[in-house]
Amino acid sequence: MAKRSYTKTLMREQAAEIRSHNFEEVALGYSLEEGQQEAARCLQCKQAPCITKCPVMIDIPSFIKAIEENEMGQAQKILSRYTNLPAICGRVCPQEKQCELACRLGRSKKFEPVAIGKLERLVADWALEQPFEVNRSSADKGRVAIVGSGPSGLTTAGDLAKLGYDVTIYEALHEPGGVLTYGIPEFRLPKKIVKKEIDRIVGQGVKIETNVVVGKTITMEEIMDNYDACYLSVGAGAPKFQGIEGTSLSGVYSSSEYLTRVNLMHGYQFPTYDTPIKKVKNVVVIGGGNVAMDAARSARRLGAENVSIIYRRSLEELPARVEEYHHSVEEGIDYHWLSNPIEYLGDDQGNLKAVKCIRMELGDPDDSGRRRPVSVPNSEFIIEANTAIEAIGQGANKVLLDTFPKVALNQWGYIDADEETCATSIPGIFAGGDIVTGAATVILAMGAGKIAANQIDHYIQMKKQESEVTR
Amino acid sequence: MFKVIKRSELAPTEVEMIIEAPRIATKALAGQFVILRIDEFGERIPLTIVDTNSEKGSIRLIFQVIGKSTAQLARIRAGENIKDLVGPLGKATEIDNYGNVLLVGGGVGIAALFPIIKAMKKAGNHVTTILGAKTAELVLLAKECQTYSDELIIMTDDGSLGTAGIVTDAMEKIFQQQNIVKAWAIGPSKMMKYCTLTAQKYQVPIYVSLNPIMIDGTGMCGGCRVTIADTIKFACVDGPEFLGNEVNWDEFSKRMKQYQKEEVSAFKRYQK
Repeated sequence: MAKRSYTKTLMREQAAEIRSHNFEEVALGYSLEEGQQEAARCLQCKQAPCITKCPVMIDIPSFIKAIEENEMGQAQKILSRYTNLPAICGRVCPQEKQCELACRLGRSKKFEPVAIGKLERLVADWALEQPFEVNRSSADKGRVAIVGSGPSGLTTAGDLAKLGYDVTIYEALHEPGGVLTYGIPEFRLPKKIVKKEIDRIVGQGVKIETNVVVGKTITMEEIMDNYDACYLSVGAGAPKFQGIEGTSLSGVYSSSEYLTRVNLMHGYQFPTYDTPIKKVKNVVVIGGGNVAMDAARSARRLGAENVSIIYRRSLEELPARVEEYHHSVEEGIDYHWLSNPIEYLGDDQGNLKAVKCIRMELGDPDDSGRRRPVSVPNSEFIIEANTAIEAIGQGANKVLLDTFPKVALNQWGYIDADEETCATSIPGIFAGGDIVTGAATVILAMGAGKIAANQIDHYIQMKKQESEVTR
Repeated sequence: MFKVIKRSELAPTEVEMIIEAPRIATKALAGQFVILRIDEFGERIPLTIVDTNSEKGSIRLIFQVIGKSTAQLARIRAGENIKDLVGPLGKATEIDNYGNVLLVGGGVGIAALFPIIKAMKKAGNHVTTILGAKTAELVLLAKECQTYSDELIIMTDDGSLGTAGIVTDAMEKIFQQQNIVKAWAIGPSKMMKYCTLTAQKYQVPIYVSLNPIMIDGTGMCGGCRVTIADTIKFACVDGPEFLGNEVNWDEFSKRMKQYQKEEVSAFKRYQK
């Protein structure tokens, strides 16, 4: 065998100057040959550390070995045992903080870890091109309702359908997918991939009812009367605003609104699609997470000449994926480190024209261990902007929770559910994903979904046994 | 898919639609709204639920043709479908037996006011209703409003029906004659603002129903945010009803105009 390369096999990408003007996917994927070359770098560790760092514990060395041996069907079979959304996870997981962080090859001197995510994507994309069996099981094991069709709900639904349950997902929006559909842009996660992956789950017998707001269109009481168990995976979708002066000016958006207009409503294709989005020259984005990157890069693609990100800490503390940060820099996004907006300035028509900011410096570490930013007196400066997008985090949406006061919440307003079992204060009602943890990652939401599926299966079977005994 | 059962024109630009939506029909309360999307290219637009028929599983909507989406919606015939319809959304009006209540509707806002008139009457209130419009043909649902009102006053700009003048003239008279406990006003933002000022003069609490730009309508984007008593509220989940004197009207009407340019160009393109 050829000597192992020190570095990951490169994935082809659209050039920055081209891709910053379109919404097509940036990373183009491995060819089979490239995948096999990368797969050959894997050390095939016994008790592989990468597995333990994957929230859904995929048998990574085995599926990689199958790629190397050109057994793509086998590789797919292995993946499907652990994940219902491999094409999505292969693209959006922060592998550098998970499986690839633990990779033994990556821990050796001079070596980069195996590109596990890119290999997962290769298999998943290959699988999506293959015909699949539609499995409408008799589903007599029980009925389960799932509220919310984001990654957590889809995972639970897929796993329960495989186990033979009759599963219905209720989704408030007109398209399923949650953040995969309205949040993460096309250039990172093509919507046709999301759709295909969801179609597979539907193919396993899962029913998805869109346009249903649980708490409004149907109540939790109705769900509890009609189903053996329920999984709440409604996410953390309510945007927070800093609430500084000028927040109501035209041109100030939450990242949720901006990205929903762009992704779910195809605002970038206005007027072919009816939903408009402002195309302006100067855009600022406030925040340093993946959502901020997505918003800034979307604004760039909508034709903004100057897009800058205002972040109150420094590069070292940036919570976004490193890869996305690099992509953003290549696409010409500017950064104002250690800065914080303090006021939006408008014209007399109520339109945003500039953002007043202040410089920050890092003080003592806070509870999260990161150094706390403190403003520097008399260091105000002004950035011209016609659009400002706040990407400073989301909270629990209260529509469901307001109508379902019986379920216990924690001090932050999220559902109080056991992390090991997803059990809530109400028997038969389980919860997981962002509505329990607050805004986190796709793969963590999926991990919770897997736990929930197991626990729901266990709960329903126990209940059946009990009722047989008492009979 | 949601089937349109009936479509009729109430006035040249005012269209009524009965749509099959059994779940919404059994849940909707006065003051709530739906969001609909006509087809896969469509935008999501909010419309107040005017009435429901839970036996037939249908809801009634009334809208004014003001732009591309409403023009397209107006062309949908009975038997055809609307792709997406979600609701009931928003908080319902607090219906109670308050005593003497005053309900003021202007233009297409009358359609949004009607379910509140009906619910207030059924709850045992003494209902006084003022309807206002530019001309006689734009006074919607006058007969139905009459059925659920103890007193009905109609005001038109040109005097073609009822009295010539604006709704606030009629409000002044009612406040002087009756001891009104609570009032509601639904119509164009300018009208609601002046209704609020009039009610304030007589120290009567008045509720208005705000209709800002919305996208999802479920509290996840904040596009519909309004400033109420100096705090940010989302009209889709915290409203759409608010106390009129707590609304920042200037800001509200400016935010309504955010996409005027795009709205005009989309409408022109559609009309070609």
